[in-house]
Amino acid sequence: MTARPRGDLRYWLAAQRGPLIAAALFAAMFALFVTEHPAGLSANVVNTAANKGVLLAFVAIAQTLPVLTSGLDLSVGSVFVLANCVASTLVTGSPLEIALGVAAVLGCGLVCGALNGLVVVVGRLQPIIATLATGAIYGGVALWLRPTPGGAIDEDFADFVTGSAGGVVPVSLLVLIAAIVLVWIPYRRSVAGRAAYAIGSSEQAAYMSGVPVARSKFLAYMLAGLFAAIAGLLLTCVTYSGEANALLGGSYTLSSVAAVVVGGTSLYGGAGGAIGTIFGAFVLRTIGDLLFVFDIDALAQPLFLGVVLLVSVSLGSLRLLKVKKRLDLYR
Amino acid sequence: MTSLLRMEGISKRYGGVRALEDARLTCERGRIHAVLGENGAGKSTLLKVLAGVVAPDAGTIELDGVPVGFTGPAAARRAGIVSVFQELSLMPDLSVADNICITDPPKRWGLIDHRAQRRIAEQALARVGAEDIHPLAPVRDLPLSRRQMVEIAKALARDPKLLLLDEATSALTAADVAQVFGVLRQLRDRGLAIVFISHRMNEIAELADDCSVYRNGRHVSTFVAGSVPPGEIIEMMIGRDYSSVFPPRPPRRPRPPGPPGPAQRASEPPVLKVTQLSWAGRLRDIDFEIWPGEVIGLGGLDGQGQRELLLALFGALKGVRGEVAVNGVAVALSSPARTQLPGGGIALIPEDRKTEGLMLPMSVRDNLSFAAIDRFTRFGLIDRASEQTAIDAMIQLLRIRADGVDGPVAALSGGNQQKVVLGKWLMTRPQIILLNDPTRGIDVGTKQELYQLLHQLAADRAALLFYSTDYAELIGCCDRVLILYDGEIVRVLEGGALTEHNLVAAAHNLATEPAA
Repeated sequence: MTARPRGDLRYWLAAQRGPLIAAALFAAMFALFVTEHPAGLSANVVNTAANKGVLLAFVAIAQTLPVLTSGLDLSVGSVFVLANCVASTLVTGSPLEIALGVAAVLGCGLVCGALNGLVVVVGRLQPIIATLATGAIYGGVALWLRPTPGGAIDEDFADFVTGSAGGVVPVSLLVLIAAIVLVWIPYRRSVAGRAAYAIGSSEQAAYMSGVPVARSKFLAYMLAGLFAAIAGLLLTCVTYSGEANALLGGSYTLSSVAAVVVGGTSLYGGAGGAIGTIFGAFVLRTIGDLLFVFDIDALAQPLFLGVVLLVSVSLGSLRLLKVKKRLDLYR
Repeated sequence: MTSLLRMEGISKRYGGVRALEDARLTCERGRIHAVLGENGAGKSTLLKVLAGVVAPDAGTIELDGVPVGFTGPAAARRAGIVSVFQELSLMPDLSVADNICITDPPKRWGLIDHRAQRRIAEQALARVGAEDIHPLAPVRDLPLSRRQMVEIAKALARDPKLLLLDEATSALTAADVAQVFGVLRQLRDRGLAIVFISHRMNEIAELADDCSVYRNGRHVSTFVAGSVPPGEIIEMMIGRDYSSVFPPRPPRRPRPPGPPGPAQRASEPPVLKVTQLSWAGRLRDIDFEIWPGEVIGLGGLDGQGQRELLLALFGALKGVRGEVAVNGVAVALSSPARTQLPGGGIALIPEDRKTEGLMLPMSVRDNLSFAAIDRFTRFGLIDRASEQTAIDAMIQLLRIRADGVDGPVAALSGGNQQKVVLGKWLMTRPQIILLNDPTRGIDVGTKQELYQLLHQLAADRAALLFYSTDYAELIGCCDRVLILYDGEIVRVLEGGALTEHNLVAAAHNLATEPAA
């Protein structure tokens, strides 16, 4: 595209403003973190940070997909926990059994996501309440599978996933990149993916334009289940066990919404994307790390998280100053 | 050879309202067909049926002689029918190119090919002479006229067999209109059929090959363009039976026609004086004055800035330029709360009573006292006794059915709901009342009660600014009618010149006949 390169760059920058701000914020915070960290920029420090960040990033990507259609998925945390419980049961044994186990975990996520999609699209329930209910069901299934913490995962597999490739690049980060390249980018460039943006931007206009509204929404929720399950698998690799921890699920659900917003995706839908969400998740996780290296009381962490969130969200609301019909502010 | 399109016996009701009744339309290939009629004649509904947006209650549609039924816009599009509607069908967050190619994007290896898509978008824009629009710009950032060009480019890029345009050029500049018309003529000459709705008579004269006139949901006449003079077309749109459809009008108050006499002008300032009011290109240099006891109508076609004018006066718009003086004192109207002025405020009876006028689940009593709650508040607490007395008086004045006053307002009929909206604002004892199409969807009996109430209010020296899409109502109720066209007051009709013919003619920005 050499026709109007300057104009193109301008529009690209405008569209990527959210992700770029989140990326810059993360870069600055992470630089500060490694300079303050006693061990400096060592593979170990990077690996630990990556494992934590990637966990949240996957859950947050799961959240991004429904949010783009101007929905919400309150069940991502429960699917994450359920996948953890399934993985702690099935991902053991011979390499073939491990592969089948991984497939089962991901399949479980897809099924949960598909159920969400059905309830939202066919049942026409509001996503927030529909997924609150299905999330409780998934949490219940997880408890039934694993009433007490336990189980195991193949340790070689787990160590590989949470380790570093060649002692430098965290494997979890590679998994994240692979998921982006193999799932997100094709989705973003498919008709269904663009339809998701169209629906989030104006569902009526999308319908009037002949966009396959129902199918695209369904796919968004189904993929959300898949991403949440990938996160659950990673969690199992980190903890070597499974636990139907409802608190953990809830906290990941809320953090996922925060990461989505910090990453520049509008909760009204139609704008944003998974790349920004990844940086949003990394920013949230780095806050905790920073507080740690600066020796700040762990009890103050929620407060700082809240302040960062508030500032990020306010940046996104600046455009409301341009609204000319006051009535539009109250819709 | 069979006609491209034949619609017969199309009927559609919305609740008790008849939108279409046994309507028909026949279109030929290579012809441009204008659909004419007043506000509410059923034109838009007819096109929506054709576009698969509205399912008709009865009737048949034949395309190329084959009966069809559309389950949705996508089905109509597959049959080759593409539409451009008043409510834009663009996704604001998506880029221009994404919007143009939304339904059938070019693909490579199963994924959207952005280069090819951009090429298509650039060609589509160039075709309608809108090269100034960057294909990567988000639609959100474009002004309305550019969006409409994108909408037209999008429709043409789908290569339709039958193109429907519903007020598709209403926001365009004259140069854009000329360009678009040029493209439409080319398409027609290549055998495309085009159906369009426009309220601009000059556009119809310029573009149409055939015309069909509709009135009250019925087909009136179809003729070759140019074979019927404009005056006669307007007669068809109004209809001779028009007056019998509406209730007997309340008697005009005995008052000489013309502006308030010199005596009144000298003795007191106008209660509302608007000077050079402008907003966002949608309102332009509006000037007018209202004296106490006057009912001023806002006429013209729907969507020419009447609603915006009322909202501006009520403080709901931002960036309004110009001066507004109440009783000779300039006021800054920055929010609806600020319109509660000492000595009587400004009230707005909104367009949509269900969302902007009422809190539906709450009781009639609560709804009535909301706007005037300050009147009953002492030391931050609501004085229930004085509140109830005032509410009872209002219920009596409005003759709201008493058995429902403690129940949710949602349970009342539309007419009674509208009375509650009006009552809610009368409780504030306003001196200026803005009414935004207050009788829409209301039964005849309640309409008459409302008219009587308006006259009573005017007799009590309130000033009323009254927007209605119903011309008979404007004639029946108003002392003067300001005709808006494209955000400007183009004509003021009063006295003997206030006739249906002149209202319709002025609304289409045609010459009016002098007062009889």
